[in-house]
Amino acid sequence: MKNKSIKGNEVDHGKLIINADWCKGCGICTAFCPTKAIELKNEKVTVVDIDKCTQCGLCELRCPDYAIYVGRKKNEQ
Amino acid sequence: MPSQLVDKYFRAEDLPQIWCPGCGHGIITRAITVAIEQLGLEPDKVCVVSGIGCSSRAPGYLDFNTLHTTHGRALAFATGIKLANPDLKVIVIMGDGDSTAIGGNHFIHACRRNIDLTTIIFNNNIYGMTGGQYSPLTPKFDKGTTAPYGNIDRPFDICDLASGAGATYVGRGTSYHANVVTSLVKKGIMNDGFSLIEAISGCPTYYGRKNKKGGPVDMMQWQKDNAVTVTAAAKMTPEQLEGKFLIGELKNKPEPEYTKEYQKIIDNLKGSDI
Repeated sequence: MKNKSIKGNEVDHGKLIINADWCKGCGICTAFCPTKAIELKNEKVTVVDIDKCTQCGLCELRCPDYAIYVGRKKNEQ
Repeated sequence: MPSQLVDKYFRAEDLPQIWCPGCGHGIITRAITVAIEQLGLEPDKVCVVSGIGCSSRAPGYLDFNTLHTTHGRALAFATGIKLANPDLKVIVIMGDGDSTAIGGNHFIHACRRNIDLTTIIFNNNIYGMTGGQYSPLTPKFDKGTTAPYGNIDRPFDICDLASGAGATYVGRGTSYHANVVTSLVKKGIMNDGFSLIEAISGCPTYYGRKNKKGGPVDMMQWQKDNAVTVTAAAKMTPEQLEGKFLIGELKNKPEPEYTKEYQKIIDNLKGSDI
């Protein structure tokens, strides 16, 4: 069995999950977030207002480092 | 626990990857795994082969059968893998310099043979890993470390090159249009023959910096602004298409596949006295 444990430091924001240790601060996710629910702080992606997040998944689609992804959808919870 | 997709198809213990901040390669690599997920392929039945360069780091992070080979020779190794194991889905990942300069001959002959390989070329217009030398895909007059006053060579059009050499499925996507890359890779894997997908990727560290194209976001925005889908282009005039590039499916013309033709020869000769 392979060790798939993650060295990262993941924070679950409900709709979004962010692994700050993997984030390189390129700013692609924040630039193309349609509702501006996320922004860069100290070169790391951070949630500004989780209520604005529509879970469209564009941040996850375009994050080159897989540091941000959409959590479980509302209807799955 | 990373996302389910990353957990399933990546060697997550090796992440984050070595690529620079804002490099499009990570986005395209993810798009390829989404295609594999959507096709429901068994990971043990997929083999990912790469050459040398930034792009060729990708299989190191992917949890399939993977092979990191010599510069430009990924298609030669992949041809061997496919002929020995025709049931494997062989995916080849190469960069622009790797495929069209060092591996140029391997590339055109793999296209000509129409062997069932799905090749994804990560085109970042420059040799990133070795320090920003210009490649056969660096646009005319753009700069590299070896072209400080501008490159006077004309670039290849990878898709036209592959079409002309005989590839049976050709398409182009970008790191901004990651979903297009996913759908092209899916169709490329389903195509029984040589499939070529050019994925335009931004290199903010070398190509972007040398040519004052801005940071990662500006390079993604450039892809968004200058890509025209094949269907939209059909309604546009040549003047409107000036400076733009096409994305989407550019060729889909199935022809007899190499390993199947090879098997026919074996079957025909079985039992004969030669």
